[in-house]
Amino acid sequence: MSELFEDAEPANTGGPQGNRPEFTVSELSGAVKRVIEGEFGLVRVRGEVGRVSRPASGHLYFDLKDDRSVIAAISWKGQAARLQVRPEEGMEVVATGRMTTFPGQSKYQLIVEDIAPAGAGALMAMLERRRAALQAEGLFDADRKRAIPYLPAVIGVVTSPSGAVIRDILHRLRDRFPRHVLIWPVAVQGEKCAAEVAAAIRGFNAIAPGGPVPRPDLLIVARGGGSLEDLWGFNEEIVVRAAAESAIPLISAVGHETDTTLIDHAADRRAPTPTAAAEMAVPVRIELLATLDGQGARLSRAVVQGMALRGQRLRDLARALPRPEALTQGAAQRYDLWTGRLGGALALAASAKRAALDRVAAPMRPRLLLDMVARRGERLAERGRALDQAQARRRERQAERLGVLSARLETGFAGLFRQMDMRLREDRIRLQDFGARLDRAPQDRLALLSQRLDTLDRMRQTLGHTETLRRGFAVVRFGDAVVTSRAQAAGAGALEIEFHDGRLAVVAGGSGGGGGAPPSPVKPSPIKPAPPKPAPPKPARSTRSGSGAGPDPEAGSQGSLF
Amino acid sequence: MTEKAPSAKAATDKALTELSFEEAMAELEKVVTALERGEVPLEQSIALYERGAKLKAHCGEKLKAAEERVEMIRTQEGRATGTTPAEGM
Repeated sequence: MSELFEDAEPANTGGPQGNRPEFTVSELSGAVKRVIEGEFGLVRVRGEVGRVSRPASGHLYFDLKDDRSVIAAISWKGQAARLQVRPEEGMEVVATGRMTTFPGQSKYQLIVEDIAPAGAGALMAMLERRRAALQAEGLFDADRKRAIPYLPAVIGVVTSPSGAVIRDILHRLRDRFPRHVLIWPVAVQGEKCAAEVAAAIRGFNAIAPGGPVPRPDLLIVARGGGSLEDLWGFNEEIVVRAAAESAIPLISAVGHETDTTLIDHAADRRAPTPTAAAEMAVPVRIELLATLDGQGARLSRAVVQGMALRGQRLRDLARALPRPEALTQGAAQRYDLWTGRLGGALALAASAKRAALDRVAAPMRPRLLLDMVARRGERLAERGRALDQAQARRRERQAERLGVLSARLETGFAGLFRQMDMRLREDRIRLQDFGARLDRAPQDRLALLSQRLDTLDRMRQTLGHTETLRRGFAVVRFGDAVVTSRAQAAGAGALEIEFHDGRLAVVAGGSGGGGGAPPSPVKPSPIKPAPPKPAPPKPARSTRSGSGAGPDPEAGSQGSLF
Repeated sequence: MTEKAPSAKAATDKALTELSFEEAMAELEKVVTALERGEVPLEQSIALYERGAKLKAHCGEKLKAAEERVEMIRTQEGRATGTTPAEGM
């Protein structure tokens, strides 16, 4: 093994533990690394993928495990991108790589260079996932499929230049219809397969028409049968996309009849085998030649027959065409017949008409007409007489009727007049009566009213204070106010005394002066007379109250004024 | 007849050389059928026959030109730059 252990061997056997050489950690780690790397230069490990982590650095870290152990695995950035299979947790894989250690963590690990799915189940599951994803994208849609040209001039074949596949294709093409074939050589399995196949499909599509390399009318992507792993390249997304994007119609023929790869879904046609692809690509030339010859023969025959047919028809028609004389003969004969009979017919017709006229005209004599006129005249006169009589009778009846009606009318009128006269007389009497009453009424009323007026005037005179004044009473005033008490009179300076024949201004002075005429009592009046203009109601009241209270004290107080 | 006449005319308009084998075959078929039906007027039938003959010749040319040529693509940076005859295939 390594030098280290060889050196250590004698020390281990020959001396005590203490004599063993000492290593630094790094020395020991380095020794372990060398041992591991030396012993496991390149290993294949089968296991289940555990935790997978893909940090931003681009390196891929994952665990490989079985039921008892775990080995850390790393795929460095560059290598990770080239991995056939992207490890996913739970996937059964076979990883190929070198063992090494990571002394920083006392860890050993597998540097993975390649990963392959272990077992068909895992691969199939992955394939199905990819298929579903691409289908969801619409890459396999039926409306993307283009028709394969009937007779392509140039066929591009993407396949391995060596091997049975290209031979099968060329062989079958040769049998059917030899064509110009362009082979784009590619690896049909292994790591480079997918990239090369995709590049070849794109390369063929990139060829411009009219360039040094003829542009194919049809592409065939072909590969013989193999294991799922062998065909894996044709399941790669890059290949599927290239096939789906191909502007040139594409036939896929990968594997045997039972193998289906994803390129088959994206291709415009899928051939079960390479030979079948060649059959789809071209028709059989011999058959076409036969068909063409057949068409040529039919063409000639059709024209010849067409001519013959027309000739025959012409002859037939010509034969059926009658001679011109034959067309007119019958007419001529009929003409002769009828013209011959024309003269006699006219004479015959004239005599027949004359006979008919005679038959009708025979009874037509003037005597007959005169008789008829006379008869009609008689009848007319008769009718006229009858009419006159009838009218006379009618007039009589009407006159009678008129007489009766006028008599009734007169009687009616007389009655009516009498009635009206009577009513008129009655009305006149009533009118006279009303008139008399009407004349009387205002006079009566006037007398009554003047009588009442006198009474009222008398009453007024009795009640008015003027009459009282006439009897010797007087009204004392101060200004406009009536003075009714001594106290008032004493307070006022200039007083005015109203007599029945006028007013006298006095000055209130000493109390000793005896009264003039003793006041005579006034009879109270039940009716309140309308006071005369100069006298407001007050004097009347004072007079009344004076008379009501008793004549003596009143007279005394009044008297004291003077 | 009305259906065939314009198609024959249109076909005459299109140059024979531009026709693919398949197109020429299809047209020939139509021409033959039209003539066989005998519904084409005489003058037109002659023109149709001539057209048919040309179509047949054209198709015949295409069939005779069935020559095998197998070449290998030469590539440079993923692009086809030329071809090399493939031997022994």
